[in-house]
Amino acid sequence: MEKQLLRFNVNDQEYELFINPKTLLVEALRDHLGFAGTKRGCDTASCGVCTVMVNGMAVKGCSVLAVQVNGMNITTVEGLEKDGKLDPVQAAFLDEGAYQCGFCTSGMIMSARAFLNETPAPKDAMEIRRGIEGNLCRCTGYNSIVRAIDAVAKGKYREGA
Amino acid sequence: MIHDFTYLRPGNVKEALAMLAQHRDGAKIICGGQSLLIIMRQGLVVTEYLIDIKGLDELNTLTYEPRAGLKIGATTTHRTIEKSLLIKEKYPVLAAMEEKLASIQVRNWGTIGGNLAHADAAGDPAPVLIALNAAVTIASSAGVRSVPLEEFYPGLFETVLSPDELVTEVLVPPPPAHTATVYQKFNLLESDQGIVAVAVSLSVGDKGVCRDARVVLGNAAPIPMRVKNTERLLIGSKLNEEIFAKAGDTAAEEADPVADIHASEDYRRHLIAALTKRMTKEAWEQACQA
Repeated sequence: MEKQLLRFNVNDQEYELFINPKTLLVEALRDHLGFAGTKRGCDTASCGVCTVMVNGMAVKGCSVLAVQVNGMNITTVEGLEKDGKLDPVQAAFLDEGAYQCGFCTSGMIMSARAFLNETPAPKDAMEIRRGIEGNLCRCTGYNSIVRAIDAVAKGKYREGA
Repeated sequence: MIHDFTYLRPGNVKEALAMLAQHRDGAKIICGGQSLLIIMRQGLVVTEYLIDIKGLDELNTLTYEPRAGLKIGATTTHRTIEKSLLIKEKYPVLAAMEEKLASIQVRNWGTIGGNLAHADAAGDPAPVLIALNAAVTIASSAGVRSVPLEEFYPGLFETVLSPDELVTEVLVPPPPAHTATVYQKFNLLESDQGIVAVAVSLSVGDKGVCRDARVVLGNAAPIPMRVKNTERLLIGSKLNEEIFAKAGDTAAEEADPVADIHASEDYRRHLIAALTKRMTKEAWEQACQA
């Protein structure tokens, strides 16, 4: 085994790591860089708590080798807040109480953000549900999660609204 | 825990093939890794070298020509296929299948070449692509060959790939006239793998009889399976409810399903009969209008 140099951008900051190539993206973020907002759950690409964005796309950090995102831009839940202001999705989750135990929350928020970036005006709740199909909430708080995403889509959290 | 390996990142296909030729059985290819990393973590796959082709943009291609048909490079993601307007127009069944393959996150990173080479009998793309009469292009440093996808799988989790070969593209012939291809899987969650799945392609010929039929079962045998008795039953007739039902029963007989935690063998045969009946009817109705 030969360690690999990984150079990537996380939440608008450049990082260089020298890592074992078997290191998963979720491990690089949590264990090497301390971005513990990204959770580690099933480790089999099923639960979605490790969801982060790679070049704007939602992916599961447990199923991507960190060396594969060399040169790419990663956004974790810590990177959504801008200038002390929560992302509209985060604000909506707070208002709707869209969590119970909270373990799925950061992954849900990342999937919701990626979904709304692609689909700013979902046509119904089913489309929102499909948008978070890769994220499980075992407290089954799905209704409040869908309400939060719907509120953002309907413009309730626009600047100055 | 994943065992240690040496990581190799070729800059192009030629380099990747040279690495494969050098390390052969000692190397595994990783692309999106959405299946491979799970079984590596389970210790089912241990490799000395891991050759990462995810970044090979020369295989990240999607082209259509009226005579040659559709060519999808092996590193093209599921999401690209799902979203492609070209595929939605020419091969709507492919886009519809991709929409229900695993989750958005998996489709964003997982690739068509990786999925096919992983050879999971429950995979979604293979039955649909076999119904569409697709072939895979296989390259090694010695040359290139093309293999019909229905001949690509000799057994469970096996392919005809030699240790020095790599899947580089999927070729789908142009859609024949008066033909429709449909696919349905049965599962409890939309994004799960199918407990069973059925892909059907039917062509209507002169005088309104079925000219050609391809019926492919997913997760109903160790490999994606064409049920040829069912196809023979359909070809040459004007299809009706009675024939659709008979096709379902024949496909259920031809299948070779296992029992597992998801379903018993009997229940799988029951599902195959129901889905085959439903899909032959749907394909026939669409083909008659095409």
